[in-house]
Amino acid sequence: MIAGDQASPEDVEKIRAGLGLDRPYLIRFFEWVGQILSGDLGTSIFTNMPVTTMIAQRVEPTLSLMIVTLIIAVGVAVPMGVVAAWKADTWVDRSAMAFAVFGFSTPVFVVGYLIAYVFALKLGWFPVQGYKPISAGVGPWIQSLILPSVTLALVYIALIARITRAAMLDVLGQDYIRTAKAKGVGQRRILFVHGLKNAAVPIVTVIGIGVALLIGGAVVTESVFAIPGLGRLVVDAILRRDYPVIQGVVLLFSFVYVLVNLAVDLVYVWVDPRIRY
Amino acid sequence: MPLLEVDRLQTHFRTPDGVNRAVDGVSFHIDKGETLAVVGESGCGKSVTAMSIMRLIAEPPGRSAGEIRFEGKDLLKLSEKEMRKIRGDDISMIFQEPMTSLNPVLKVGRQIGESLRLHQGLGRAAAEDKAVEMLRLVGIPEPKRRAGEYPHQLSGGMRQRVMIAMALACSPKLLIADEPTTALDVTIQAQILDLMRDLKQRVGAAILIITHDLGVVAEVADRVVVMYAGRKVEEAPVNDLFADPKHPYTRGLLGAVPKLGSSLDGEAERLAEIPGIVPSLKKKIEGCVFASRCPDAEDVCRQFAPALEEKAPAHLAACHFSNRDAAEAAA
Ligand SMILES: Nc1ncnc2c1ncn2[C@@H]1O[C@H](COP(=O)(O)OP(=O)(O)OP(=O)(O)O)[C@@H](O)[C@H]1O
Ligand SMILES: [Mg+2]
Repeated sequence: MIAGDQASPEDVEKIRAGLGLDRPYLIRFFEWVGQILSGDLGTSIFTNMPVTTMIAQRVEPTLSLMIVTLIIAVGVAVPMGVVAAWKADTWVDRSAMAFAVFGFSTPVFVVGYLIAYVFALKLGWFPVQGYKPISAGVGPWIQSLILPSVTLALVYIALIARITRAAMLDVLGQDYIRTAKAKGVGQRRILFVHGLKNAAVPIVTVIGIGVALLIGGAVVTESVFAIPGLGRLVVDAILRRDYPVIQGVVLLFSFVYVLVNLAVDLVYVWVDPRIRY
Repeated sequence: MPLLEVDRLQTHFRTPDGVNRAVDGVSFHIDKGETLAVVGESGCGKSVTAMSIMRLIAEPPGRSAGEIRFEGKDLLKLSEKEMRKIRGDDISMIFQEPMTSLNPVLKVGRQIGESLRLHQGLGRAAAEDKAVEMLRLVGIPEPKRRAGEYPHQLSGGMRQRVMIAMALACSPKLLIADEPTTALDVTIQAQILDLMRDLKQRVGAAILIITHDLGVVAEVADRVVVMYAGRKVEEAPVNDLFADPKHPYTRGLLGAVPKLGSSLDGEAERLAEIPGIVPSLKKKIEGCVFASRCPDAEDVCRQFAPALEEKAPAHLAACHFSNRDAAEAAA
């Protein structure tokens, strides 16, 4: 497959031997695990560069995109969900939730093109495409990230805001909220100190689950905004059937996902004293 | 001037199937340092009365009218901000459910300290110290360690002590206790009542205690208000009420009216069953609210609502016949 449709049987044999495909699969598997543990993800079939080097070159844009997205999403969604729960069944709540449904049901690339059209092409506030590394200065870096992050954050905001609202609605009906009110605690403290900490477990859970969503979304967003990150790398690798690269990136994404969920479990213990491991 | 005067308080709830007149024209007062008990069956509007005084009725669906004068100020006219200054400081409240009334994710010391920080402007450390002091006052052993614990690490009785500590932290002038002992077992109940009596003397707070346990009333109250279906039907000093209840409903509660086919072994029950059910609060009631269950009801009771009359010094009752019944009972 790698050699193309016109490859002769000898060429195929040569590539198979080069890739070590002629040896038993169990041995190959253990060799592969051993290599990963020593930090070697293999060599790209296409560029002949080590996969680790290729990933390292592309990590910064993707990581930046994901972190900025995460901050925007959580920063917008949690207050939005809290206020929606506080103002439940008023127009504030309804418009927030309508926005959430809209955000959730519109594909990332549609939002991306729309946002790029309005804010970059028409208004010219942000660059249309491309990525400025953080070494080029924080200002340009953030500017190049705003549009892709907002695009990617939209789905995520919708998800987190809905869960926050539901969790807060439940909490605000509890007896201890009444106790806090009877103490003369103000509305903002009721919501964000007494309420939010109790509602935190489902919210943190969904933020963790959402990281998977974010990884998928990053691939699309990087294509739309021409950001040279891991998403682009993996898309290119898929088109070229560059399996070591695909494998390496997928492995990295899985690793990140596992790490995030570990962090989520740690946060549980921190927010809810009743949870102990 | 009394500390608190509740004047023709009406708290109604709008519900999908009509207006629920949970409290319908109730008046009473509490003097400084006095303990007033409010008794009545489940659903008669005791908690709604208490929540109305605290202005904790959600609006909508609820709505309070009338006047609630605390030291002469009408609480119903205060802004939310002014009311927040009074809650937890001048008036505080403890609730029936100690298991769920404390915030599960905050340390108890911090929860007690919160009112001190809010109302007395104490810093974190000072509030914490005072919280430990309060825990000691309500008889919690090892208060310093307990202050750093979470509610789920405490028993029900201890949690109610924490609630009391929290309510008394700012030395309120009025403490509203809504069935503070109902959810606790009997020995703990007695301890909590002792504690409340003891602290009342030290802090000098007036207490409004809501209960349907007449044993509790006898033990702590100076005066009693009997509520039925959102109205006050009788009010009297505690001894007069037990000695000579004027309203048939009160007599029913006290078990003074012999029940048909009950008391096989003649053992006195604490709270006698009264046959029938409380009328729906969603319909306007013509005549006496208790007429449908009253053993002595006559035509006049179903047509005209009896006014609250002073049947004996400081003893009010809303019954057309109470004087006659009292005379018969004496005969
Ligand atoms: N938020 C609300 N919305 C509608 N109706 C309410 C609301 N809160 C209370 N009520 C109604 O008010 C009436 C009085 O309730 P309340 O809780 O005051 O009774 P209670 O005397 O405290 O009874 P209990 O002894 O069971 O505590 C009930 O009919 C109840 O359904
Ligand atoms: Mg009640």
